[in-house]
Amino acid sequence: MPRTSFERHLHELQDEALVLGSMVEKAIYRSMDALKNRDLELAKQVVAEDSEINRKRFEIEEKCIELIVTQQPMAGDLRIIVAVLNIIVDLERIGDHAAGIAKIAIMIGNEPPLKPLIDLPRMAQKTGDMLRRSMDAFIHRDAEAARAITAEDDEIDGLYDQIFRELLTFMAEDPRTITRATRLIWAGHNLERSADRVTNICERVVFVVTGKMEEIGASKY
Amino acid sequence: MDPKIEAKQLNFYYGKQHAVKNVTLNIREHQITALIGPSGCGKSTFLRALNRMNDIIPGARVEGEVLLDKQNIYEHSVDVVELRKRVGMVFQHPNPFPKSIFENVAFGPKMLGQSRTTKLDEVVEKSLRAAALWDEVKDNLNKSGLALSGGQQQRLCIARVLAVKPEVILMDEPCSALDPVSTLRIEELMQELTKNYTIVIVTHNMLQAARVSQWTGFFLLGEMIEYGKTVDVFSRPRDKRTEDYITGRFG
Repeated sequence: MPRTSFERHLHELQDEALVLGSMVEKAIYRSMDALKNRDLELAKQVVAEDSEINRKRFEIEEKCIELIVTQQPMAGDLRIIVAVLNIIVDLERIGDHAAGIAKIAIMIGNEPPLKPLIDLPRMAQKTGDMLRRSMDAFIHRDAEAARAITAEDDEIDGLYDQIFRELLTFMAEDPRTITRATRLIWAGHNLERSADRVTNICERVVFVVTGKMEEIGASKY
Repeated sequence: MDPKIEAKQLNFYYGKQHAVKNVTLNIREHQITALIGPSGCGKSTFLRALNRMNDIIPGARVEGEVLLDKQNIYEHSVDVVELRKRVGMVFQHPNPFPKSIFENVAFGPKMLGQSRTTKLDEVVEKSLRAAALWDEVKDNLNKSGLALSGGQQQRLCIARVLAVKPEVILMDEPCSALDPVSTLRIEELMQELTKNYTIVIVTHNMLQAARVSQWTGFFLLGEMIEYGKTVDVFSRPRDKRTEDYITGRFG
């Protein structure tokens, strides 16, 4: 007895989660572009688009509730829906972090640049990449890929360490840089938290595939 | 804690038809165990084997053991009437006797030799209270059991089982002929009853199994495919066939 309509809804739900994932990934890159290129217009756009991400998240949550109520999903179906419910919270929060970086870009405004940004864009690139691959792992039910991605969180932590140390040196040498340097550290912190959220998504992938809830790899921060 | 009932490599045949295949299953005391599976999967046959309700079917044959408190109920020395007193049964369709409500409940105790009126009054009230029916019928105990609604009739049948003080109650699709509200009342009642009784229920309604039971066994083609905690069976079944059945992709 195939459940064609239910299957279709379940697919649509995951597609929607994938769409939300790309919106958030794009927000990370755009917020970093805004910070790096001192593009205030772009920064304002990223902040404005965050409400779009939030709206999308609630829309998916509504669909999850509707499927639970009308279809009483069990077993693997239930795990997919529970995973989506969790993943969209992580995605929404990563979106908030991206908006946070855009707000930092706005705060810095036209102040003279402290230094060319190298590691922060690298960190953003890496975080966005991990996010995209975690969503791929979700769609493909690839627990191994998910586990591998969580291991990469160490690289993010390493980059954050590096950024922190470098900016600390600036501040120690010239206290007038403290405000600007602190803001850049916040931006790094936003990315570090985002990558942690990606590992949460990976844990959900493992849950969908194996039924086991496990914490994979503890972040340094 | 020792299981209340242990089925050990139980096989059941209707003539040449092998209806239950090598089922080993522990039923835990004061818990609800649900047996699910498609029609003809052997779950009802298995249930009925737990109090030898199948004995009367011509050509039926049992292999293996069913231990009730460690004693094999299929031993020759076992008194079947005594067994069915300890392991009572509630059926799919409520089947009150065409007698008064009082007589329906007092029937079992009377058969077992209880004749003192005060004692019978007490047993009837206690059983009807335990079956959550007392408040609805206490002023009409002489009314015919058949005059009650379907849900009330089923609770009357449960009271009739309780009156002989069983230890285990077997329920074969007890709610399939009832409306949702009556079903909910029976489900609530089952939870109450686990304080004093062990319950095994066969149900077609998977959501009912998920709602009421602590343990679930999935039967298919006479075999028990999977048995485990209800929450595990319904959220992360180990066997693909269980998954297919409970997600509605069976067949």
